[in-house]
Amino acid sequence: MSKRIGMEVAMAVAEAVALCRLDVAAVYPITPNTHVAEHLSDIVADGKIDAEFITVESEHSALSAVMGASGTGARTFTATSSQGLMYMTEVLPIASAMRLPIVMSIANRAISGPLSIWNDHSDIMYQRDAGWISIFAENGQEIVDMAIQAFKIAEHRDVMLPININMDGFQLTHMVEPIEMLDQEEVDKFLPPFVPYASLHPDRPVSMGALAVPEIFTEVMKAKDEALMNSKKVILDVWKEWERLFGRKYEPIQGYKTQGAEVLLLTMGSMGETAELAIDELRRRGIAVGLLKMKLWRPFPKEELRKAVKGAKTLIVSDRAVSFGAGGGPLAAEVRSALYDEPSRPAVINELIGLGGRDMTVEDFIAILIKAGKKDGKRKREAYEFYGVREA
Amino acid sequence: MSIASDIKLVEDFELYAPKLTDKEEYFCPGHRACQGCGEALAVRLMCKALGKDTVITNATGCMEVVSSLYPTTAWKLPWIHVAFPNAAAVASGVEAGLKALRRKGKIADRYVKSVAIGGDGGTMDIGLQALSGAMERGHDMLYVCFDNEAYMNTGIQRSSATPFGASTTTAPAGKVSIGNSTWKKNLPEIMVAHNLAYVATASHGYPLDFMNKVKKARQVKGPSYIHCFSVCPTGWRCPSDITMKMARMATETGVFPLYEVEKGKYRMTIEPRADLRPIDDYLKLQGRFRHLRPDQIKIIQDRVKLEYRKLLGKIKHSKSWDKI
Amino acid sequence: MAANKWPEDWRSVNLGCVVFKPGSAGEYHTGSWRAQRPVWDKTKCIKCGLCYIVCPEGCITEDADGYFSANLDYCKGCGICPHECWPMAIKMVEEG
Repeated sequence: MSKRIGMEVAMAVAEAVALCRLDVAAVYPITPNTHVAEHLSDIVADGKIDAEFITVESEHSALSAVMGASGTGARTFTATSSQGLMYMTEVLPIASAMRLPIVMSIANRAISGPLSIWNDHSDIMYQRDAGWISIFAENGQEIVDMAIQAFKIAEHRDVMLPININMDGFQLTHMVEPIEMLDQEEVDKFLPPFVPYASLHPDRPVSMGALAVPEIFTEVMKAKDEALMNSKKVILDVWKEWERLFGRKYEPIQGYKTQGAEVLLLTMGSMGETAELAIDELRRRGIAVGLLKMKLWRPFPKEELRKAVKGAKTLIVSDRAVSFGAGGGPLAAEVRSALYDEPSRPAVINELIGLGGRDMTVEDFIAILIKAGKKDGKRKREAYEFYGVREA
Repeated sequence: MSIASDIKLVEDFELYAPKLTDKEEYFCPGHRACQGCGEALAVRLMCKALGKDTVITNATGCMEVVSSLYPTTAWKLPWIHVAFPNAAAVASGVEAGLKALRRKGKIADRYVKSVAIGGDGGTMDIGLQALSGAMERGHDMLYVCFDNEAYMNTGIQRSSATPFGASTTTAPAGKVSIGNSTWKKNLPEIMVAHNLAYVATASHGYPLDFMNKVKKARQVKGPSYIHCFSVCPTGWRCPSDITMKMARMATETGVFPLYEVEKGKYRMTIEPRADLRPIDDYLKLQGRFRHLRPDQIKIIQDRVKLEYRKLLGKIKHSKSWDKI
Repeated sequence: MAANKWPEDWRSVNLGCVVFKPGSAGEYHTGSWRAQRPVWDKTKCIKCGLCYIVCPEGCITEDADGYFSANLDYCKGCGICPHECWPMAIKMVEEG
């Protein structure tokens, strides 16, 4: 029977992973992810689960070690943030190419430079093309649920891809939140044992990690792309099953008070909860605004986005990362691309918010929504703004 | 003594005859290594000594590239390649995975050894961090470095294993350059400093010595390391038929002595003649040393002798930590 | 000489490019590389097996009588085996 507990979110992630019959974990400490590693190693040290916890000497080795373990058929987990994720970058696309269903939790933190330990999405946005499934949590309950769902999604025979689950560093990881924690029996019923398609063992020798010449490379890339695109079916199925078993609903894009909204705001991560309060306030004032919270980032939910923005005049896309030189943030670029061929589509405004841990209050969101609703006659193309930047 | 017990005695003894080696070719013909490749020979011999209950983790490099062209593989052992600097890290994960799965009864209940292999680049330079980390953590794995003294796969660039005075493509001999201007990094010593139960240097020039060392290392229940001297006729600019001769010459001149360190106790396994062959016998065989003047050769000769004396001192005075 | 057969359809690329056929590199006959090949003189061969040990290809095998010979599908003609054969029972002869 699941029980409701109050726990620091990072530690709750470790608890959730511990429920998943983990075999091998390798985590290197980095603020604000460290508590995930520490709590998981506590759990292993007390013998609460039977798993190997490798205290690797770097994040590059952390992902490499779990790849080796996953290759033998073990269920694996790693976690990191920011610079750690950057250090792993070399190995990230290899993990997806080799189709190893590793689960990684990321405590999103700004990437250097300058050095920042605070929260934004620049770390995960840097890894857009790595070929991993990527989902975003808004609160402690979501990240805990997603941690358990992640293993089932990744290990599904039709998917077999690594997956990262994202939670805002400090803003979420260091918060104590009420969480419904499933018990072992419930998780065992939901999550079947990992059956690899190939494993490193002398009883059936295979070679993993081949060299591919130009004559074959395009075919391999197509196969990988198809796998990631088709994984959406499995993700939606797993989310449907989760709702049926545990009553909590997950969608690629979750709408909040979007009925009849003329201005929509799109957020990712924990800021969605603050934005909800802004929506509530403006609705109370009679202004038709709504909120879209994107939970599925890769594969990008094009159909759901198109459906969600139908009828709106303006879509504010909040980006917590900058795509330097491209004119805005990565989320806005992908949204614009997804909406390009639509016969009617809202004007897209790109607000760069919450960079390097800069807080967004309810008033900030209200200000953004009100400004977007003002009719200024001209539809601003390719507009992007560093919200709240101090200028003389 | 009956025939049956004779045969058991032979199995327990170290290998002493070529015909008693495992006939199976785990690194099978069809690989695309150069003609006369010493490293390919060494890998082939290592696999025979390891046997089939082994998982190989291979760093990017010559051996990985020549053996794993999709959709074929030259390997009959389970094999994984991920990237260049992380063979030791991946192998440590393989070790942890096999350990956990065996303990939980998810795979067969028998011992399978995790072995990582890499070249001097993937071990001593870009791979040094992962190697040090994996060895220090005490994983039950063997790391074998196949040292051909340069980044051969990318075209013979200088590595920290490149000997003093060797001409490589990034430290070439020229009007104002002797070629590589630093002495070879002593990685076996660095591994000894990691307190490994077994560290050894080996060479395909002494195949049975190498295979016996591999067998010994395989039995260590913890990290072990072998540094295998591998001749590269292509990169060293010499004919392909003298691969074995050059490897022997390296040991006989004291350039690459063959020793093992068991729990801190040093022991020479192949004894060259006490006064060592003159270094010229080794250098003159290779095009990469062709530019050296007699005074430069003397510098090398003196240093080789010094390093050899240092080693002899360790052999004389070191004690196994079991006896401390 | 066998050549690599590329998969006809992207769907038939193995998951993760895993190769399930150990030793399949043997489909490629590296013997086409050589300019010389080793020939054994059975009158001098003492059947010690050293040539079998030192071949980088691993293509030298023992026959029923204990004599050794190279598999010419794979022999690259490097010349190590005659160099190491101390009874001098192996000679390199030019190809073609």
